[in-house]
Amino acid sequence: MPDNGHIALLVAVGAAITWALRALPFAALTPLRHSPVVRYLSVHMPVGVMVILALYTLRDVPDAAGRQQLWSLLAVGATVGLHLWRVRPLLSILAGTAVYVVLMSVWP
Amino acid sequence: MLRLAAPVGLAFIPLGIALGLLITHAGLAWWWAPVFAAVLYAGSLEFLMVGLAATAAPVAAVALTTFVVNARHVFYALSFPLHRVRPAAKLYSTYTLSDEAYAVAVSSEARGWTGRQILLMQLVFHLIWTVSSAAGGLLGAALPIERVHGLDFALTALFIVLALDAFRQRPDRVTATAAAGCALGAWWLAPGQLLVCAFAAFTGVLLVRYAVRREGVADAG
Repeated sequence: MPDNGHIALLVAVGAAITWALRALPFAALTPLRHSPVVRYLSVHMPVGVMVILALYTLRDVPDAAGRQQLWSLLAVGATVGLHLWRVRPLLSILAGTAVYVVLMSVWP
Repeated sequence: MLRLAAPVGLAFIPLGIALGLLITHAGLAWWWAPVFAAVLYAGSLEFLMVGLAATAAPVAAVALTTFVVNARHVFYALSFPLHRVRPAAKLYSTYTLSDEAYAVAVSSEARGWTGRQILLMQLVFHLIWTVSSAAGGLLGAALPIERVHGLDFALTALFIVLALDAFRQRPDRVTATAAAGCALGAWWLAPGQLLVCAFAAFTGVLLVRYAVRREGVADAG
């Protein structure tokens, strides 16, 4: 069982940094509002950050057993396919997760 | 106001429940769910924090992860209408400046909103998220959830959907491929610090691309 004091510290650190990232730029970035490099980053960053985070959550797949790798592949395929088809974020997330949970629980 | 905010608020409910389930699934007390939701209030980070908290990650790793995952919020200051919010409420407005609150506040439909309406939208989002997470935590504490495997795929699915939506908004193959390359390279070279290395490399690639493109424009001119 993880130590609650340590978790509280982690939450406090995460909250403080998140707030700093949300609040400080209003003071610091206002002069940069028209900076072309800031604009360039703000336009191109989101897709890349999400791609990196998605791959980050799959980092243990290469070390998993062969069958579990296949389940990951199928669940990713289901999520991507469904989202390209229906464009309903919640539906894609819940259905993709359901596919993975069922496969992993029934046949780990 | 409801037409725009209601679908977002409704989407929070199942996702909040999923967060609560994941937290109890990872072996944390159920009440961490509403605490994560109310205090951190940054969706992707809360999901990542479940694993970090369960494995008692060092503070420095959490600080770096928070910075990497939430750095995108820096850019929200460029267009979020904070000037309409009265000074005393600016603390709360920036604290709860989530992706969703930003998206709603800068939409064309919210152009005429007063500061009070913006704050109300943020408060309602914050409350729905916290209550849903608490419900998920209680549900996870009551059900034999440890027998279910693979719930953490919700996080993968969330990022896949966000990546596809970002790509749909701006179909930029080079950026998406470069990001994937950075992630794979970091996974291969520094698996323990994947997120930080991948993000640093990706920012570097974007800056180089920007510099090269600017030079090209200057030459052409």
